[in-house]
Amino acid sequence: MAAEDRPVLTEDRESDGTLDVGRGLDALDTPTEHRAPWWKRFATSVVPPVVAVVLFIVVWQILWASAIWPEFKLPAPGAVFGEIGTQLVSGQALSIIWTSISRAVLGFLFAVIIGTPLGLLVATVPVVRAAIGPILSGLQSLPSVAWVPAAVLWFGLTDQTIYFVVLMGAVPSIANGLVSGIDQVPPLLPRVGHAMGASRAQSARLIMLPAALPGFLAGLKQGWAFSWRSLMAAELIATSPSLGFGLGAYLNYGQTQSEMEVVIAAIILILVVGIGVELLAFRPAERRILRARGLATGP
Amino acid sequence: MTVTLERPGPTPRTGPPAVEVKGVSKVFGRGDDAVVALDGVDLSVAPGEFVCLLGASGCGKSTLLNVVAGLDQPTTGTVDRSSSRPAVMFQESALLPWLTAGRNVELPLRLAGVGRGARRERARELLELVRLDGQAEKRPHELSGGMRQRVALARALAAATGLGGSGATEVQPGVLLMDEPFGALDAITRDFLQAELLRVWEATGTTILFVTHDVRESVRLAERVVLLSSRPGRVVREWGTGVDTDPEELHGDITTELREVISAHGR
Repeated sequence: MAAEDRPVLTEDRESDGTLDVGRGLDALDTPTEHRAPWWKRFATSVVPPVVAVVLFIVVWQILWASAIWPEFKLPAPGAVFGEIGTQLVSGQALSIIWTSISRAVLGFLFAVIIGTPLGLLVATVPVVRAAIGPILSGLQSLPSVAWVPAAVLWFGLTDQTIYFVVLMGAVPSIANGLVSGIDQVPPLLPRVGHAMGASRAQSARLIMLPAALPGFLAGLKQGWAFSWRSLMAAELIATSPSLGFGLGAYLNYGQTQSEMEVVIAAIILILVVGIGVELLAFRPAERRILRARGLATGP
Repeated sequence: MTVTLERPGPTPRTGPPAVEVKGVSKVFGRGDDAVVALDGVDLSVAPGEFVCLLGASGCGKSTLLNVVAGLDQPTTGTVDRSSSRPAVMFQESALLPWLTAGRNVELPLRLAGVGRGARRERARELLELVRLDGQAEKRPHELSGGMRQRVALARALAAATGLGGSGATEVQPGVLLMDEPFGALDAITRDFLQAELLRVWEATGTTILFVTHDVRESVRLAERVVLLSSRPGRVVREWGTGVDTDPEELHGDITTELREVISAHGR
C-alpha cells in the first residue's frame, strides 16, 4: 500500500540488497546433512557385530578344545550348528519357529489392540491416570512369568494360558509408551492447532498422535520384546502336547533329554528370531520416523 | 546492514475495526494469590493497520495477544473481531516436525476442509510470497531458523486469509497476531525478517498486531506503537510513526517512557 509513494531507485536498491542478504542467510544457515558412502556405513554398522560374533565362536571353540568342562556341559560349536542344520534340513526348525512366531505376533497384535486405547485413556483422562497409571508402570517391572501359575490354574494347559501371559507382558509396555509419547509432545503444538481452529478430533488425529509417534514406537518395540520373552517363559513352563511344539518346548525337550547342543541351539534360535524382528521390522520403521523429524543420528 | 523504510503517514482507513478490545481485564488465580495481568485495556486496530504492543516483561502483552486470539478468555471486557479467526505466530516457529514445509502451510486450510489441489496451490503461492519457492518439500529440521519463521509466517497467512481472493469472493486480508516472532533469531536474520514482514504486509494488506519488548523493532515496524505498563497491564501511551516523525527521536521518547514504567516497579 505504500510502495507507489517511494522513490523507485531507493526501493530497487533496497529490495535487491535485502534479497541478497536473505539469499546469503538461507545459503549459510541451512543445515547440511552429510551422509557417509555406503561402504563406510557398512564398515561401521555391519562389520563390528560380525567380528564380535566370530570372535565369540572362536573363544568358544578354544574353550571346548581345551576340554576344561565335559562335553555335556560345553558342546562344540560345530555340534550346536550341526543340530540347527539338521533341524533346518528336516524342516523341523521352521515348524518350531513358526509355532512360536505366529503366537508371539498374534499376542503382540492383541496387546496393541488393548494397549493403545488404554494408553490413550490414561494419557488424556486425569482420573484414569491417577487410578491406574502407577499400576500400569508397576506391572512393567513384574516379570510376566509370575502369571504362568495363575494362568494355568485359570485356563488349564491351553493356548489361552500362553496368550494371557504374553498380554500381561506386552500391554503395560505399549500403553506406557503411548502415555510417555503423548506426555512428551511440546505443549506449543496443540496450542498452535487450537489457534488454527482444530477441533478436538482433528487435533488428536493430525497433531497429537503423529507427535506422539516416536514414544509410541519405542513402546511397541519394548512391547514386542516383552511379548517374545513372555512367550518363551510360558512355553518353557507350560508344556503339553496340546500346546504344540514351539521354541520354548524345544528348549525344555533339550533339558529333559540332557542334550546340551539342543539347549544351546534353542537359545541361539530364540535370540536370532528376537534380533531378526528388531532389525527387519522395528529398526527400519524407527529410522524412518525419526529421520523425518530430524531426530535420527548416526548412519 | 540497515534498511530504512519510508512510509507515508497512517492512511485513513474505513470500515469497522479489525480488532476491538474494550475494557479487557485478566486475573490469574483467586484471593490473595490473584495476579492482575491486564486491567481495563482498550485497543482498537483498523483493518490493514500494523500495531506494535510494547512493554517490559510481565506486562501482560502476551496475555492480551492470547485473549485477542481467543486462546484465553478475558475475566471482564469484550473482544470483537471482524475476521473469523486471527492467525497466531509465536517466538518458536512451532512447525510440525513430521510435515514438510508445504504441508505445514497447508495445515490450517486442511483443518478448514479445503480440498487437496486448492490448498497445495495456495501453499505454493504463500511460500513464494515469503521467498521460499522450491523449498516446499523440505522438512523443518532441514531449514535454518529464519527460514522456519518464514514458513510459520506463510502458515499464519494461510490461516488468516484462507484461499485468498480467488474468484468472485472479495479478498479477506485477515488478522495476524505475532508474539515476539523474531525474538529467538540472530540480529542480522531478525533485520532481514523485519524487512520481509513489512514487504509481506504491504503486499497482502493484512492487519498485524505485533508484540515485542524491543523499542527499535516497534519503531521500525509499526504504524502505531502502544506501550503497556507492567502488573497490572494498562495502556500507558501510544505513538504514531508517520512520515514527519524522526525515528531516532521517537525511539528516544519511547525508551524514556518505558524506563519510567519499569522504574516505577523498583520504587
